[in-house]
Amino acid sequence: MNTAAPARPAPLRTPRRRLAAFLHRHAGVRLSLLLSAPALWLGLAYLGALAALFVTAFWSTDTFTGDLVRVPTWGNFQDLLTADVYRTIALRSVGVAVAVTLIDLLIAFPMAFAMAKLASPRAQRWLVIAVLTPLWASYLVKAYAWRVMLGSEGLLGWGYGLTATVLTLSYLWLPYMILPIYAGLERLPDSLLEAAGDLGARGWRTFRTVVWPLALPAVIAGSVFTFSLSLGDYITVKIVGGTSQLIGNVVYDNIGAANNLPFAAAVATVPVMIMLVYLAAVRRTGALENL
Amino acid sequence: MSDPAVRLTGLRKSFGAVDAVTGVDLDIADGEFFAMLGPSGSGKTTVLRMIAGFETPSAGTVELGGVDVTRLAPFERDVNTVFQDYALFPHMNVADNVEYGLRVRRVPRAERRERALAALASVRLEGMERRRPSQLSGGQRQRVALARALVNRPRVLLLDEPLGALDLKLREEMQVELKSIQREVGITFLFVTHDQEEALTMSDRVAVFDRGQIEQVGTPAEVYERPASTFVAGFVGTSNLISGEAAQAVLGREGTFSVRPEKLRLAGLDETVDGTEHSATGTVAEVVYAGPATRFVVELDAGGRLIALQQNLQVSSMDVMGLRGTRVRLVWHRRHEFAIVP
Repeated sequence: MNTAAPARPAPLRTPRRRLAAFLHRHAGVRLSLLLSAPALWLGLAYLGALAALFVTAFWSTDTFTGDLVRVPTWGNFQDLLTADVYRTIALRSVGVAVAVTLIDLLIAFPMAFAMAKLASPRAQRWLVIAVLTPLWASYLVKAYAWRVMLGSEGLLGWGYGLTATVLTLSYLWLPYMILPIYAGLERLPDSLLEAAGDLGARGWRTFRTVVWPLALPAVIAGSVFTFSLSLGDYITVKIVGGTSQLIGNVVYDNIGAANNLPFAAAVATVPVMIMLVYLAAVRRTGALENL
Repeated sequence: MSDPAVRLTGLRKSFGAVDAVTGVDLDIADGEFFAMLGPSGSGKTTVLRMIAGFETPSAGTVELGGVDVTRLAPFERDVNTVFQDYALFPHMNVADNVEYGLRVRRVPRAERRERALAALASVRLEGMERRRPSQLSGGQRQRVALARALVNRPRVLLLDEPLGALDLKLREEMQVELKSIQREVGITFLFVTHDQEEALTMSDRVAVFDRGQIEQVGTPAEVYERPASTFVAGFVGTSNLISGEAAQAVLGREGTFSVRPEKLRLAGLDETVDGTEHSATGTVAEVVYAGPATRFVVELDAGGRLIALQQNLQVSSMDVMGLRGTRVRLVWHRRHEFAIVP
């Protein structure tokens, strides 16, 4: 009697199986296939556009015809650095971005802490939805809602200007500060807070020595959002800003009314530079090493 | 007579509709190594957290050294906790972790340093002061957590499943070490565990928890040799119950009785027993060889089954495996059988 088990049929050698087996054996090929689309997007669409911006910033326009002159020149940057009005606007923009970031931080941190550490799981879900919901509404609708509220006939009637801009931008970008801090605090084990209390620390010391240092990377992530979004905004400024212009408006006006694309590009490099300086400063504090 | 280190009176805790602790009264003496043993969800950790101050009791009081601390915050209590996940501050090095409690209490820098180093030395972690917790092994983290709590010289040290995350070998080492550290510092240790062996080997007394209540409090020997209920008999060791008709037939008595496996002797069917012993005949249903000892599962003729543990003094696995299916007589001394309240 033949007791040998029947031979297992050889696996089918279809082309798809061959391909799967090839990819299984070659991890490098697999990785590059997966990454090729995002790498292409990042390289061409994102970095490419940024490079085009930098190149354009060194061009100029013909004063009479308004045509582009594709000859490298420092002229735009000279204008930018020598004219007082641009320095004032740049500093004002940074001031607005800093103010918005600080206001959002002051509101977002307690809110995120309550969501992550104090709320019941059920309440937590609802609070996350409550924070996300305003993001579904149109930016313009929200900005105009503030215009109505701030206008002389409105609920607040504080009028338009820099304060109105700061207030409206703080409102618009608040979720972008709350969510990273919430996620960061959510990852912070409750036992660390209990351990601090157990070792004799009261609330404020626990916050200062345990919660804040461990939440700092999340705070910085949130501040990068609020800071950069504020720095680049021009629509809110147009709607509630009154006469005080920000960098974004200068860019916009030079593209539109002034028809000076190269100068707009030069102005647009300013917030990019400011963000690079900000990120370098953040890196130096070492806050990103605990991520 | 001085006040007990910990006194719990009528302690209860409910989380919404769930009753986690349903009435606990307990006195723990100064300098005692005390274990709270029970399955998960039995309320032992909740009791520990109420002593630490992380939970507020729904009813009852917590006293530390005769002072009612029921309503005090954790930072107002003279206890320190070793957390199950150690809860080391990841952004501080080992020395800063250990010094945290001293810094909060404004101990001068020099004394702080000195006490931290002494605490680290007592858990054999010299030279690790500059390391971050992430650079330590599980066993080392456990020791840092211990040093961080002990350096404050609390009245009571609370340990929440302190060895749960360690592997077997390390756990056995730390059991011995914890015990000797406790003897050295003389602080009351109160620890929570679900591991009955850990509770028996380390503690002076054990409280066995089930469904939010204490089933029995006693020395390890009392709890093991004289379990007060079927639950304790089953949770602490192998239960080996004889009840119902089998109890009538074998012991001539009504009720439920328990004999520990190592108290049973495997004998030939024709072995005669004297008046101090009891015996029962049965068939070996299963043989489990475990190195130093072998477990025999014996189906009794009178009904039910008993497990007998025999030291492998002379025999090897070859010998014992052949015993499956043979008829045997189990013999035990009468003083090793005890009635339990179901």
